[in-house]
Amino acid sequence: MNLLNEILQTILSGISVGCIYGLIALGFVMIFKATEVINFAQGELMMVGAFIAFSLISFFHLSYWTTLLLTTLIMALFGMIIERVVLRPLVGQPIFSLVMVTIGMMIFFKSVVSMIPFWGTDTYGFGTPFTEKLVRYNEIIVSWEHLSIIILTLLLILALFIFFRFTKMGVAMRATSQNQLAAVYMGISVNRVFSLTWVISAILGGFAGILLSPITFVHMNMGLIGLKAMPAAILGGFYSIPGAVVGGLIIGVTESLAGAYLPIGWKDVAAWIILILVLVIRPYGLFGTELKKKV
Amino acid sequence: MSFFEAKNISIRFGGIRALELVNFDVKKGEVFSIIGPNGAGKTTIFNCINRYYDLDEGAFIFNEKDISRVRPHVVANLGIARTFQNIELFRRMTVVDNLLLGRHRRRRSNLFAEALFTGFVRKQEIENREKAEDIIDFLDLQAYRDQIIENLPYGVQKTVEIGRALAMEPELLLLDEPSSGMTLEETEELSFWITDIKEELGITILMVEHNMKFIKEISDRTMAMSFGEVITQGTTAEVLEHPEVLKAYLGEEDAFTEN
Repeated sequence: MNLLNEILQTILSGISVGCIYGLIALGFVMIFKATEVINFAQGELMMVGAFIAFSLISFFHLSYWTTLLLTTLIMALFGMIIERVVLRPLVGQPIFSLVMVTIGMMIFFKSVVSMIPFWGTDTYGFGTPFTEKLVRYNEIIVSWEHLSIIILTLLLILALFIFFRFTKMGVAMRATSQNQLAAVYMGISVNRVFSLTWVISAILGGFAGILLSPITFVHMNMGLIGLKAMPAAILGGFYSIPGAVVGGLIIGVTESLAGAYLPIGWKDVAAWIILILVLVIRPYGLFGTELKKKV
Repeated sequence: MSFFEAKNISIRFGGIRALELVNFDVKKGEVFSIIGPNGAGKTTIFNCINRYYDLDEGAFIFNEKDISRVRPHVVANLGIARTFQNIELFRRMTVVDNLLLGRHRRRRSNLFAEALFTGFVRKQEIENREKAEDIIDFLDLQAYRDQIIENLPYGVQKTVEIGRALAMEPELLLLDEPSSGMTLEETEELSFWITDIKEELGITILMVEHNMKFIKEISDRTMAMSFGEVITQGTTAEVLEHPEVLKAYLGEEDAFTEN
């Protein structure tokens, strides 16, 4: 029973970390689908979101839920500004330039965060309503911290699903990712679609930041986790929204199991081994579709 | 005042004069065709109307409004729909979803009402779906209704594109080589549809076309172009008989007599 409990715990914490990988991977996929740009600053968006949440809770003494809502709004605005100020002037430039700009943003955000008083290079934490609370079911013990991550991620994904499935702008965004030219001729403003894409990605980043903070704490390098979300996105096929989430979960669980049962070091390479294996078997990712050209 | 008018439009790409002081007007309820050899600037006119290119000179007047400086997506919202020479559909969506996207400009949006699927949103959704079904019936697309575009034959895709444009309920429909790549039967069917679109739906059509037989059948007036300039325009019969047009299409008369 003890061993079972242990494995269950390990898997559960893997799933919760996987949810965060999934959220960051979703951010990658969203921007990639709309603009074919890989946003290397996605992890840093998460870091900024975590710092904002930390400040709201520690300096302004707001409740966790108010913080969640406010951080979402601030990140939405932040995403909108990034698109308007940094990316829109580059429309029509080669994709490579845009990717370079996202790498630039990654470095820029980190530096700025390290210069802001009370943020800086230290590590911070903040309490959540779930800290140190446990759910007991017979012998099985589950921490609320992990459960909350899973539940909140599911809610966010449900909201995204409804948005893309049923709303006018959501449908417009899907259409734009398939054929920009045709979308314009349907009366869809591509500028608005791009803006909204960044807004959603920034919100995803912020959300991931808030959820991750209790586990890894808040510090300027927490965006590096983006490097682990990248294989999650690739695993899912980089075009697929469910793929990103499933990819995140697979990587999270593997990593967690490898950390618990394999020698030290395996934890960090596990994600990449899985990625390479999957790409050997399915080069277009788990959820990607093979691109065929008719001749 | 005419319904749609091109006034002295010119555009240059580097040293090439793609369009040079082109003038024409389209009357409400007619089919107006533009013909000419490759590179005459026919599709360029469409791309200028759609604001894909900026005109160097001149203007398009649509319903007494200058539309040559509006933002690209606004053109659709003003009531101008278009099809393309090389199909531009949403390839990974079904036929019916493509048609529903044509309804974008007719759809009023309110994020919260949409998320909650309130009565107003439901009513709007029903309207849009009814309109899409009407078009499926009109163009005989029932058999393909739920299929993904990628898997459909070329001619069907072209028809879906016309359907999507109709879903927008436009006042003016731009058709870029609607018959190209279609079989003989498909082309015949197409000429019926275009006549129906004009007569039953009251939509004005501006069309670029190569198929002379097709143009003779359905076009009310025609304009012939060559190297960015208008050769002649008038009723279709007149234009097709015009010596310059014959020359542009068939070459010098000597070319035939010499042998």
